[in-house]
Amino acid sequence: MVTNSFTKMKQTEFLHIVLPFKDKLFRMAKRLLVSTEEAEDATQEILIKLWLKKHKMETYTNVEAFAMTMTKNFCLDRLKSKQAGNLKLVHSNYTDSNTSLQNALEAKDSISWVERIMAELPEQQKMVLQLRDVEQYEYEEIEELLDMKPTAIRVTLSRARKTVREKLMEKHNYGIV
Amino acid sequence: MELYNIEKLLDKYFEATTTVAEEETLRAYFLKEDVAPHLEQHAPLFNYFTEAKEERFTKQVPLKPRKNYLKWVSVAAVAVFIVGFYFYPPVPTPVTLADEYTQEEIESAQEAFALLAMNFNKGTEQLYHLEEFEKTTNKFLIKK
Repeated sequence: MVTNSFTKMKQTEFLHIVLPFKDKLFRMAKRLLVSTEEAEDATQEILIKLWLKKHKMETYTNVEAFAMTMTKNFCLDRLKSKQAGNLKLVHSNYTDSNTSLQNALEAKDSISWVERIMAELPEQQKMVLQLRDVEQYEYEEIEELLDMKPTAIRVTLSRARKTVREKLMEKHNYGIV
Repeated sequence: MELYNIEKLLDKYFEATTTVAEEETLRAYFLKEDVAPHLEQHAPLFNYFTEAKEERFTKQVPLKPRKNYLKWVSVAAVAVFIVGFYFYPPVPTPVTLADEYTQEEIESAQEAFALLAMNFNKGTEQLYHLEEFEKTTNKFLIKK
């Protein structure tokens, strides 16, 4: 009877479990997919997938890590299929016009520079930087999420941080994008 | 003293050897107004991270309790069916003409039917002539 009430998890219970980390999933998705709408769709899809797997949820030791890994894989798959579908050209065109427009609007907003600089980083660096500097995960958690060795994480993170600093300096000094 | 510390932490930060707590110290430092001029260029970086963590997922997630939904609909359907059976009269009680109408009404109706029948018969009598006509035309047609 006890297991029965567990497996028949209610919507409110589920939302209660998901609430602490749903924003993190969304921010991760947005970091990888860039567009807010796409990130929202991805997050929605991940949460629905989790909901359908809810009967298995007690067996996971860390639901958040599981959901985060799902999000990461989902977004990387999506990016891959985009490239395969030859949509990369369309996408780069889109970001180009977007940055020039944004640039005109927020030329002096150096905080948004960081966002754009991060968008140019390789996926792996984006993810490590997102998980560590935005979400403030411990290294052990990042190891588990990204399936990386501790040294590899530190190297990637250091490289990402230095690249952002360098590009930020360039912009700071010359005001070029 | 504090400035020296921040500089040291920054070096460690870019080598990725800081702890989460130390990174928190850096964030807090750069959020303040009085950042040392030679470190100011790092401020957007840490302030962006603080800002980025504030972004929220606001979309509603349509969660359907799929299986339960179907089950309860079928239960409701069976309940309605049973209730319907309970209240429906099992055998319709036979109703005679006398129960429904008065004698007067029945008589006037019968009169109307009789009139109709009479006129109808008149009409059919006329059809006899049509039959004769057909017989004669058939004679011509068959010879062809």
